[in-house]
Amino acid sequence: MADKTLLKGTEAMAEAALRAGCQVYFGYPITPQSELIEYMAKRMPEIGRTFLQAESEVAAVNMIYGAACTGTRVMTSTSSPGFSLMMEGVSYIAGAVLPAVFINVVRGGPGLGDIQPAQSDYFQGTKGGGHGDYRLIVLSPATIQEAVNMMFDAFDLADRYLNPVLIIADGLLGQMMEPVELPDFLMPDRMPNHDSWALRGKGTRKKHSVTSFDLDPLKLEEMNLANFEKYRKIQQKEVRYEEYLMDDAEVAFVAYGTMGRILKTTIRMAREAGIKAGMIRPITLWPFPEKPIQEAAKKVKMVMSVEMSMGQMVEDVRLAVSGKVPTPFYGRTGGVVPTPTEVFEALKREWEAIV
Amino acid sequence: MNGKVAFKRPDSLTAKEFTYCPGCLHGVAHRLVAEVLDELKLTGQTIMVAPVGCSVFAYEFFDVDGTVAPHGRATAVATGIKRSLPDRVVFTYQGDGDLAAIGTAETIHTANRGEKITTIFINNAIYGMTGGQMAPTSLVGMKTTTSPYGRNADSEGYPIHVCELLQNLNGVAYLERVSLLTPKDIIAAKKGIKKAFTAQARGLGYSLIEIVSTCPTNWGLSPVESLEWAKQKMLPEFPLKVFIDKVGDVK
Ligand SMILES: Cc1ncc(C[n+]2csc(CCOP(=O)(O)OP(=O)(O)O)c2C)c(N)n1
Ligand code: SF4
Repeated sequence: MADKTLLKGTEAMAEAALRAGCQVYFGYPITPQSELIEYMAKRMPEIGRTFLQAESEVAAVNMIYGAACTGTRVMTSTSSPGFSLMMEGVSYIAGAVLPAVFINVVRGGPGLGDIQPAQSDYFQGTKGGGHGDYRLIVLSPATIQEAVNMMFDAFDLADRYLNPVLIIADGLLGQMMEPVELPDFLMPDRMPNHDSWALRGKGTRKKHSVTSFDLDPLKLEEMNLANFEKYRKIQQKEVRYEEYLMDDAEVAFVAYGTMGRILKTTIRMAREAGIKAGMIRPITLWPFPEKPIQEAAKKVKMVMSVEMSMGQMVEDVRLAVSGKVPTPFYGRTGGVVPTPTEVFEALKREWEAIV
Repeated sequence: MNGKVAFKRPDSLTAKEFTYCPGCLHGVAHRLVAEVLDELKLTGQTIMVAPVGCSVFAYEFFDVDGTVAPHGRATAVATGIKRSLPDRVVFTYQGDGDLAAIGTAETIHTANRGEKITTIFINNAIYGMTGGQMAPTSLVGMKTTTSPYGRNADSEGYPIHVCELLQNLNGVAYLERVSLLTPKDIIAAKKGIKKAFTAQARGLGYSLIEIVSTCPTNWGLSPVESLEWAKQKMLPEFPLKVFIDKVGDVK
């Protein structure tokens, strides 16, 4: 392992993606992820990889689809409006059972919104966004080191399950600088070969076809059921989360990404004020860590969700808690990042209401 | 039997029966592409991208690796394939709605990048698969299900000339408009298709063959009438021509 390097979030993720074996990148500039595409443009030719700036996110996602058809490790990065444009292609990639990695550095919305950090694309990422019955594996890092390690995880998950993987980050993580340890470049023999289905020219074998459709509803249902069998396995095996000071907690916060990081300060403030707070921080937003939240709901007096949105993940938290304890929500929208203090004030109000 | 084989299915086509309407020229276009792949010995290294449109099943008819792109995005998908595997041959097969309406941006930018792929573009002046709606190439006055009073240039504009648009882009290596309306046209079309794939094989840039075609079903004409109609109405609007040829002579 190399020594620690001081890196900006976007650049660290880009470098990590290359070390994780990303061979091809297609993207379109948009704030606040432009440094990522710029890093790729500079770095990829240096190490013999392929970079192309597409004419739009629509083109980019379809280039991803094409590259994924060849079984090549491929990724893109974008921000909210750009990810919206990619939705049809993402649905095709999921339907065609192809591996690909997406990063959405979420910004304030809806519409053109602003360029400040937000978490208001949770529904889009975890509930579909595109058309049809499909799921993305959705990961969300809270630190740059976690984001770096996550790039390796993301490509592995995409290749193992032949499914698109989405990393939801935000501008705060993207712009921040932290010392990180970069893992070594993955050796090519560690990469999956996908020989059994990839489109590479048939040569002397039987031809391969990759599609996301069948006009016979019973067959399409079969395809979807096979995908959902896969999703069930993912739900069993791939849930990732962090528990923070949950052993003696009376209040469980649930927050992801940057918000999860900020809450650690709030939790310290709460504990100093005598409220035993802890946190469950989902690292996989899908599959969502339902079980730990269910378990926590048996022990704590309240499960409080905090998001940089008007409340999206909170719906999954409420499903998990199923009314066992109060499930208040606090959030700011439009790219406003809640401070530890204001969340602490919100916590006190909610806490006083129940004790 | 000691006879010589005079006519057979090209190796680059599968035994799967075409799903096209009787008299539709998609089948002829498929055959020509397959013959060219056979003759250039490219079958084993070719990957095709079918569109959404009547030819959505083209990937089943060609005996090559293949996929289906979202409507209009075939050249973007092909770009993704070609950039991942630069030594393979990649072609798209697209209708006029696919290539010149919803996919216009991809068409222009793929051509402009000089992407080393080949596009077979079927211009039948109508949306076949969805039941005869107006296409960007529909003729002025042409009645379709979404221009029931005839295409009105004032509100719907004019038929778009794809080759004329693309001929100013430096990335294009071979660009020709052909037709399949007479045996002579078919022979010429095959020559053009061969040049287009040769341009790709030689790494010269983007190549596109526009094929003036027919849609008897949605034009409401018999196959024979539709050939006549295409000669009378389509050819004056879409003249057959080599627009760009950076390939030169091909045997
Ligand atoms: C995003 C999207 N919009 C619309 C459609 C519906 N659609 C399918 S094929 C088609 C038009 C096909 O016409 P053309 O490209 O001319 O090909 P043809 O069927 O005539 O061969 C349309 C509009 C679709 N599948 N996807
Ligand atoms: S609808 Fe038209 S273009 Fe489509 S297969 Fe039938 S005749 Fe051919």
